Amino acid sequence: MYNGGKIIAGLVIFLGIVTFPIYYNAGKANPGPSPSLDTPAINQMKVKHCVESRQFMRANHMKLLRGWMSMVLSGKGCSYVSTTGEKYDMSWDTCWKCHSSKKQFCDRCHQYMAVDLPCWKCHSEPNT
Amino acid sequence: MAKEKEPKPEELFQSIDYKAPKKFWMDTPAQIRPGMFCWGAKAKSLNTVGFPNARDWNPSEENWKLPDNWQEILIEGLRERLDKYRSLRLFMDICVRCGACADKCHFYIGTGDPKNMPVLRAELMRSVYRKYFTTGGKVLGKLAGARELDLQVLKEWWYYFFQCTECRRCSVFCPYGIDQAEITMAGRELLNLIGLNIEWIMGPAANCYMKGNHLGLEPHTIVNNVEFMLDDIETLTGIRINPSFNRKGAEILFVTPSGDLFADPGTYTCMGYLMLFHELGLDYTWSTYASEGGNFGFFTSNELAKRLNSKIYAEAKRLGVKWILGGECGHMWRVLNQYMDTWNGPADFLEVPKSPITGTVFENAKATKMTHIIEFTADLIKHGKLKLDPSRNDHLNVTFHDSCNTARGMGVFEEPRYVINNICRNFFEMPRETIREQTFCCGSGSGLNAGEDMELRLRGGLARANAVKYVHDKHGVNMLANICAIDRAALTTSMNYWVPGVTVAGVHELLANALVMTGEKPRETDLRGEPLPASEEDVSVSARAVTQAEGETAGGEANV
Amino acid sequence: MKALVPFLAVVFLVLLVIAGVKAAGLYFLFGVAVPYAAAAIFLLGFVYKVVKWGRTPVPFHIPTTCGQQKSLPWIKPNSIENPSGTGGVIMRMLLEVFLFRSLFKNRKTKIKGDYIAYSWAPWLWLSGMAFHWSFLLIVIRHLRFFFQSVPVPVQALEHLDSILNWGVPALYITDVIFLAAVTYLFLRRVTLAHLKAITLPADYFPLFLLFGIGASGALMRYHLRVDVVGVKELVMGLVSLHPAAVAGIGTIFYIHLFLISTLFAYFPWSKLVHAGGVFLSPTRNLSNNSRVVRHVNPWNYPVKVHTYAEYEDDFREKMKMAGLPVEKE
Repeated sequence: MYNGGKIIAGLVIFLGIVTFPIYYNAGKANPGPSPSLDTPAINQMKVKHCVESRQFMRANHMKLLRGWMSMVLSGKGCSYVSTTGEKYDMSWDTCWKCHSSKKQFCDRCHQYMAVDLPCWKCHSEPNT
Repeated sequence: MAKEKEPKPEELFQSIDYKAPKKFWMDTPAQIRPGMFCWGAKAKSLNTVGFPNARDWNPSEENWKLPDNWQEILIEGLRERLDKYRSLRLFMDICVRCGACADKCHFYIGTGDPKNMPVLRAELMRSVYRKYFTTGGKVLGKLAGARELDLQVLKEWWYYFFQCTECRRCSVFCPYGIDQAEITMAGRELLNLIGLNIEWIMGPAANCYMKGNHLGLEPHTIVNNVEFMLDDIETLTGIRINPSFNRKGAEILFVTPSGDLFADPGTYTCMGYLMLFHELGLDYTWSTYASEGGNFGFFTSNELAKRLNSKIYAEAKRLGVKWILGGECGHMWRVLNQYMDTWNGPADFLEVPKSPITGTVFENAKATKMTHIIEFTADLIKHGKLKLDPSRNDHLNVTFHDSCNTARGMGVFEEPRYVINNICRNFFEMPRETIREQTFCCGSGSGLNAGEDMELRLRGGLARANAVKYVHDKHGVNMLANICAIDRAALTTSMNYWVPGVTVAGVHELLANALVMTGEKPRETDLRGEPLPASEEDVSVSARAVTQAEGETAGGEANV
Repeated sequence: MKALVPFLAVVFLVLLVIAGVKAAGLYFLFGVAVPYAAAAIFLLGFVYKVVKWGRTPVPFHIPTTCGQQKSLPWIKPNSIENPSGTGGVIMRMLLEVFLFRSLFKNRKTKIKGDYIAYSWAPWLWLSGMAFHWSFLLIVIRHLRFFFQSVPVPVQALEHLDSILNWGVPALYITDVIFLAAVTYLFLRRVTLAHLKAITLPADYFPLFLLFGIGASGALMRYHLRVDVVGVKELVMGLVSLHPAAVAGIGTIFYIHLFLISTLFAYFPWSKLVHAGGVFLSPTRNLSNNSRVVRHVNPWNYPVKVHTYAEYEDDFREKMKMAGLPVEKE
């Protein structure tokens, strides 16, 4: 007795499941989230830069913002000095100044990564 | 049997040490120790069944007189079996060494020898498999857990594959169901290719091949032995029974292990069958040709097992019976349930077993046409067809030992308990971890019940015996009932050593004690000649017992 | 030291990535070529292994019966532990695969005074369950890297997993369980004497590898941080078969990815194939119906038997003397 049929069926199901992402996505164009930097404030910048380097912000913005929150809430200060020596207010307004659209900026990546944010439970979105 | 060299039970018990040695097991060659192994198979026995490389040899000697190309034979033999048995190939590949099986083996429990952990016993073969059949093992060697098949490894195989009783307890606990019995069976087949069996298996197997039964009872001896039993039955009951042998046209062929025909306490069980069948007026016959239910070929090779088993269907066909009834035996029923029809079926010349007494059709034996006597008897009692006086067993506090094979290779749990609860009034279960599917081997199964390996048997039997001791101490249990011929022989030895005061009986012996036969004289003793405690009680009791039996449902675990 | 070599092997793998990515900048090799190769080896190897098992017949019907058989109509059979049909087998298999039922039965054997005692020992079962289930949930959670728009169940799982809402980014419960379980599974191998005795380097290696995967993943999420959008772009490139190396992802990601690739490539050739093997185990996936339905062995062959005629020839005179009927006078 071999039970070949059952084994092949099992293998097909297994392969179907594990390769699902491949045949589901194969050939599809998968554009990245491309958050928009097209805002008046950014366009006016001569050297486009954020609070910290782009590389750092991409990976660590949530930690930076969380750090700001702790500082402000604990009353330890509300001014941030960046690695390049510039001073920033620890406030959403610092962000909104350049990234004036949550939809065009924040949401792009967060939706792409399906990140569930607690930010907006307290903070309101900027007026766009 | 070197009785004088045997250690005292307390000494043996205290000598068990579960501490693992510091040295890696591959670096610890097997010490072939007297008392722990059986004599090598004799050339005569191997030649009888035409096995290769037959020679007389002595395991305790350095030189095993191996054929020159023994490694090649074993590696090719292993390759062949890996291609034939999915179980073997799979079990070589998927063990994760989680250790769940380690302390489940009765031989490990009784010896503390790490190589008696099922996982390590399997690794003995797995390490060789890796070396010759996997790329990782070929390249990385010992780092991948692989090793050459050298003389030391061979001796280790032989020593430890004959320290496994194929009881399958490990396979209950393994998360993948890895069954050491499959590996031991393959290992023993391989060893057979170079003439390395044990005589205690090969002798009976050769006997069975030529004479129809393991004990080598010739036809007239079988008749004589049964005559002796009939005399005893007549003394006991005043009834003369006249069974038939090799009778054509009988409705039922009865096959039981030959151990039941030869020595007590098996003979008492056999008397039980004779008395029951007589009382029922069953149209059945014994066979001297198919006079063995057990199958020592099964402990040798698949092929020999099939050759020995073929006699049962062949004889049923020759005699023209309708169906086959099988006696109390353990591995016999593993073979009948899981192998016989595959080997020697289909048995389309037989009819689906139907009890002529109750009319019950045994649908669960629709293909094999062979019914277990405990199923047959349970059905009789359920239908109130037997007059039983359980008070005749009142001198017995009974516990029941599930045989490995009927437990884990079949699932016969409730039938014997139902029967026992109807024929005895004092029944006590052993602890849950030692009965039913978790039951322990008697310690002497799979052909290891020789005299020369007594220490191994006593150590292997400890787990079972200790559970009996528990109910002996707690409830005064003095009778260990079972449905297996090897148990009846092996457990008697084990009880005498570990739990003196407990005797061993087949369920049908106890049934015959309780069975009120038509026209019998008042019984003064039980089948063994022990005075009955309640012989003054009469049929009114048994009538009550019958009503009780009818009212009861399946196997309550009474008095646990 | 059976653990040392596998440990060094995993350290070597990590160093290899650091050298390859950080020093030599082999982003395409470690980001694209290795994962593709590993996936191919895993899939082909797994199929090869299962087919190899599948082509080996099951000659005999050998379920391990762990409950009452189906016999007389008034005796209640245990249809799961001793299945008599396909339904029971499926239930038995599901319980085995999802709940590790056999392992749950584990008891520890000890000598207590004059008796051998059996005590409940759920730790192996518990750690096994914890490890396998947390691993599965982590894998499912990672699917957010594999789909442009993340499937709702994956989102829900992620939400549930981070429900403690500890820290930013929030701690995943499965991460803790996974690392704890792997650690326990390692510790029991080095502390329990009998287990130490049976453990091989091939048992330590996957444990170190899994720990490395878990640790690098946790480090990446909670501490070192990488550009997850970049990671997803890389992964989406891989699964849509438009692979491209993506710049600016930290080395820790490549370590994580390489260890996973190693695990996948190693899988089919190691004990890890038990994942597929358990389904094929003949002691678990057969119903106990061999007295009802004949099980056919494809290589069953005729054997030499000692026939009744031969037997009668051997014993005819003795049989006649004993009054037994004979075929030939």
